[in-house]
Amino acid sequence: MSTELKTLQYNANDIESFSKEQNEPQWLTDVRMRAYELVQTLPLPKTEKTRIIGWNFTDFNYKTQGREVTNLNDLPSEAAKVVGAEDQYAAILVQHNGHKAYHSVSKELQDKGVIITDLQTAIREHGDLVQKYYFKAGKVDKHRLSALNAALLNSGTFIYIPKNVVIEKPLQTVYFQDAENFGLINHSILVADQGSALTYVENYVSDHETIEGVANLLTEVYVEDNAQVKFGAVDYFSKDVTVYVNRQGRVGRYGQLEWAFGQMNDGNTVSENVTELIGEGAVSHTKAVSIGRGDQKQSFDNYIVHIGTNTESNILIHGVQKDQAKAIFNGRTKIEHGASKSNGDQTQRVLMLSEGARGDANPILLIDEDDVMAGHAASVGRIDPVQLYYLMSRGISRTEAERLIIHGFLEPVVEQLQIESVKAQLTAAIERKVR
Amino acid sequence: MPVPNLKIEDLHVSIEDKHIVKGFNLEINGGEIHAVMGPNGTGKSTLASALMGHPKYEVTQGKVTLDGKDLLDMEVDERARAGLFLAMQYPSEVSGVTNADFLRTAINARREEGNEIPLMKFIKQLDKRMDLLDMDQEFAQRYLNEGFSGGEKKRNEILQLMMLQPHFAILDEIDSGLDIDALKFVARGVNDMRSPDFGCLIITHYQRLLNYITPDKVHVMMQGRIVKSGGPELAEKLEAHGYDWIKEELGIEDETVEA
Repeated sequence: MSTELKTLQYNANDIESFSKEQNEPQWLTDVRMRAYELVQTLPLPKTEKTRIIGWNFTDFNYKTQGREVTNLNDLPSEAAKVVGAEDQYAAILVQHNGHKAYHSVSKELQDKGVIITDLQTAIREHGDLVQKYYFKAGKVDKHRLSALNAALLNSGTFIYIPKNVVIEKPLQTVYFQDAENFGLINHSILVADQGSALTYVENYVSDHETIEGVANLLTEVYVEDNAQVKFGAVDYFSKDVTVYVNRQGRVGRYGQLEWAFGQMNDGNTVSENVTELIGEGAVSHTKAVSIGRGDQKQSFDNYIVHIGTNTESNILIHGVQKDQAKAIFNGRTKIEHGASKSNGDQTQRVLMLSEGARGDANPILLIDEDDVMAGHAASVGRIDPVQLYYLMSRGISRTEAERLIIHGFLEPVVEQLQIESVKAQLTAAIERKVR
Repeated sequence: MPVPNLKIEDLHVSIEDKHIVKGFNLEINGGEIHAVMGPNGTGKSTLASALMGHPKYEVTQGKVTLDGKDLLDMEVDERARAGLFLAMQYPSEVSGVTNADFLRTAINARREEGNEIPLMKFIKQLDKRMDLLDMDQEFAQRYLNEGFSGGEKKRNEILQLMMLQPHFAILDEIDSGLDIDALKFVARGVNDMRSPDFGCLIITHYQRLLNYITPDKVHVMMQGRIVKSGGPELAEKLEAHGYDWIKEELGIEDETVEA
C-alpha cells in the first residue's frame, strides 16, 4: 500500500482552534492533536482487491452550517423521508450537516435516565462518561482514516442506557448532508449498560441531486453484560460522496448484539464492521443487504472476533451488483484460543445483473481453538436468463423482472430483520435503487 | 374485437446450431383449440419455446404473426402483452417473490400506470380461480414455484393463464407428470377459458388430456414439421394404434429431427 498522502488543507493550528471554538475539554483536544500526527504517517486501510488510492477521503470542508427546526415537517425532504413517525419512536435526533437540527426525547426515557444527544452536548454535560468510552473499542491508530476521524471530528451522537432499563420503542438518529463538498466526520457511541435493552436505528442520507463530499463515520457500540441491542443502519449517500464507515461492537457476558445493515450508498465505500464477543455466552448476528450500481466500487469487511467461551456469531450477507459496479464482500470469523464451545457461521451471496458488474465473496475462518463449531457458505452468480425469460413471458418488462428478482434475492435477509422501520426503509431504498 | 389469429408460416428453428423445427405451418383462429401431437424428439417443445422467444432458440427462417403483427420482431414481454401465453413444461422457480406479487405485477404490466388493478379485486379473482383449480390458498403467499411439486407447478401455470386472460395460449406438455385428478382440474381451467376470443395450441404426447379438452383440430409432428392433420378422431386413432401407421403411410423411418 502506498503511503502517498493527499495533503490535508488543515494544519495543527486549524484543528486546535476548531477544538477551542467548541470549548472542548483538553483530553479531546489531545486526542485530536495526536490523531493529526497519525494522519500524516499511517497508511490507508488494506482493502482486499479494491484499489482505494486516489479516492477522495481528505478534500472537504469540515465546518459548515446546519439548520435547526422545531417541527419535523420543516426538515429537508430527503431527510424527512427517513424520519419515523414520532409516536413510533422513543427518541429522534436529526443532524443536518453535522449540527443538531431536531431533537425529541420521550418523557419515559428522560425519567429513566437515558441519555441520547449530540456528541458536543454530551461532552459538555457528561464528559466523564463520554471519555470512558471514546475510542475504546475503536482505535485512533488503526489506519489513516480512523486517525482522520479522530482529528477532524465534527458530528456525532452519544447514547447511554442505564442498567436494567428496557426500552420498547426504537431510538432513531438521522444524519443529513446537503452542503457542497462537506465532510461529515461523525463519531457515535452507544452504551447499553448491564441488563438493558434497546432498539436503535441510524440513517445517513445526502442530497441526491448535487453534492460532492466525504463521510467518515465511526460508531462504537458497547453491549454490557446481559444487555441486548438491536442496531439497524441504512446508509444512503449519493454517488459523489466517498464513504468510510466503521461500526465497532463489543459484547459482554451473555450480551446480544443484532446488526442489521442496508448498505445503499451510491458512491465509493469502504465499510468495516467489527464485533468483539468478549464475555462468556456473548452473541452477535449480522445481517446486511447492499446494492451496487453505476461505476461505484465498494469494499465490505465483516469481522467477528470470538474471545469468550460459548460465544455465538452469524453473518448473513446478500449483495446485488448492477451496471459496472464492483464490490468485495469479506467475511472473517476469528475464534481465539480459549473461546471454547463457540460457534461462528457465515453466508455471503452475490448476484450480478450485468456483464460489467463484479462481486466477490471472500469467506475466511481463523480458528485457534479446537472445541468449536464454524462454517461458511458463499456464492457468486449472474442473473439466470431463463428465469428472466420466464417472468418476461408473463408480460413483465426486463427492468421490472430484474426488480422482482432483486427483491426476491434480498428478501431472505430483509424478512429476518427484526426492526420493522428498517425493513420498510430498506424496501423503499431497494425500490429506488433498482428502478 | 376482431377474431384473434395466430399464423405460422415455414418456421425454422435452431438451438446451438442444431436445426430442429423445419418448415412448420399452422393457422389458429380465436375459438379454436388445436392439438400438436407426436413422439419425443420431433420438435414440439422447441416450437413452443421459439414462439414465446426463449433466449436459447434461434428462428432461422419463416414468419409468425399474431393478429397480423410480426411476433418474431417482438421482445418476450411484448409478445406476452400482445396476447400470447405459454404454459411451460419446466417453469422457473423465483425465490423471494410470492406468487401473488408476481401475478399482480404481470397483470399491472398490461395496464396503464395509475390504473393498477385494485387489491381487493385482484384477491377476489385469485381466490375464485384457485378454487376452480383446487389450489390451496397458501399458494398465493408461497414463493413462485419454489418447492412446488410437478403437479403444483402445472396448476400454477394454468392459474397464471386464467389470471392473465391472453388471446392465445400454448400449453407445452401441461399433462406430463399429472395424476388423473390434477389433469381434470387443469382441463377445467382451460375449458373455462374457451371463447371466441381465445385460441389454444395444446402440445402433448398423449391423447389422455384430449379426453377432457376436445380439440377442433389435431396435427401430428414428425421431423420438425406437421406431417398429418385431422379432427379429434385422429387423436383417438393415435391412442389406439400408436404412431407407426403414420410412419408407414408416409414412408418415414426415423420420426425425430435428427433424421
